[in-house]
Amino acid sequence: MEHPPATEITIHHEPSSSTKRIWKVFWILLVITLVELGLGLSLYALDLPEGLRMHLIKGVIIILSLAKAYYIVSYFMHLGDEIRNMVMTIVVPLMLFIWFILAFLGDGNSYKNLRNKYDPYYKERGTQEQLLKKEDRQEKKGGKD
Amino acid sequence: MTTTAVSQHQTKWWSGGKSPFNIEYGKLMMWYFLMSDSFTFGAFLISYGTIRFSQNYWPSPSFVFNTFPGAGHTNLPLAFVSLMTFILIMSSVTMVLAVHEGHHGNKKGVVKWLAWTIVGGFAFLSCQAWEWHHLITGAHNVLVDGKIEQWGQSMSHNPWGPLVPHEELQRLGLSVPEGEHVYTPGPVAFGGYFFGITGFHGFHVFSGVLINIIMLVMAQNGVFERRGHYLMIEKAGLYWHFVDLVWVFVFLCFYLV
Repeated sequence: MEHPPATEITIHHEPSSSTKRIWKVFWILLVITLVELGLGLSLYALDLPEGLRMHLIKGVIIILSLAKAYYIVSYFMHLGDEIRNMVMTIVVPLMLFIWFILAFLGDGNSYKNLRNKYDPYYKERGTQEQLLKKEDRQEKKGGKD
Repeated sequence: MTTTAVSQHQTKWWSGGKSPFNIEYGKLMMWYFLMSDSFTFGAFLISYGTIRFSQNYWPSPSFVFNTFPGAGHTNLPLAFVSLMTFILIMSSVTMVLAVHEGHHGNKKGVVKWLAWTIVGGFAFLSCQAWEWHHLITGAHNVLVDGKIEQWGQSMSHNPWGPLVPHEELQRLGLSVPEGEHVYTPGPVAFGGYFFGITGFHGFHVFSGVLINIIMLVMAQNGVFERRGHYLMIEKAGLYWHFVDLVWVFVFLCFYLV
């Protein structure tokens, strides 16, 4: 095949001859997804109360999702094959998400705490719901609808 | 192998006379578009997270998403969305195989794998259509102003609130058939975010399928063969993988945690 007539490209990638890497990444993605599902279902089956163990499981699921994102971007989208200069122009701006997530989720949490503190109706509803929640979960496990 | 060959190459990238990014213009712009698109999706998902964190109660996904087509009322938490995820991962693989064939200028291979990718895209969209339809037309017992109403999940109604205890129902003089439960209305924001974000993602899948169909027709007609390269397939591929990438996070935020 002739090389693409793109003048922007100084060094051409040699296309890989086999699809081995693609299938390897597919199996990795599949296994990660299955583990995620297992953890998601364990959250449901174990019926954990809000607490450290629940947050730990959710944390692992989030880290596994980030690993999946890495494999998709790096291998399926071939970003890992590009040169560093270009990769950084994509990856560095995305770092903003770290701050977005911390700031906005913290904001939401603070909103909840403030409403529980200053809005008697909201607090009453909230605590009532918290009480119901346990019973609610037990009912859900057996029942349909 | 290709990675090391390029990255170890000692070139003064900023010395002028060449592009320091070593990537074709259209592909670079596709990357920047996808980066901006990830901020759009990120903003939606973070906004959803903010509202969710501000609520004392939020419905559990294993409870909301527990049905499978043709399985009636059987409790199958997350089963259907797992199928959807698998379909999307599979279509991502067929797309990267199409790109791979394009690297080798193999027209037949490109057409074959693109066709499978399109099939996967349609399969995913069909699953989503079923899921939406099922949620919207569902009938769940909800206690509203002392009466039991039948609600589906919509933008304005959420039937997934906390359970109403049996004693409370008796006190109100209400009864439901054996084995059925009554719930209080859940957070209304749930529907807006769910339909909004999965809808926006579905719109991306749909436009991705259209792009892939155009690519298929062009490849079949030998447009890329005459051009001497299959760069357009790579750009369409980037978009398609991005759709899969976004689903990883939609799956995470709505179905898993």
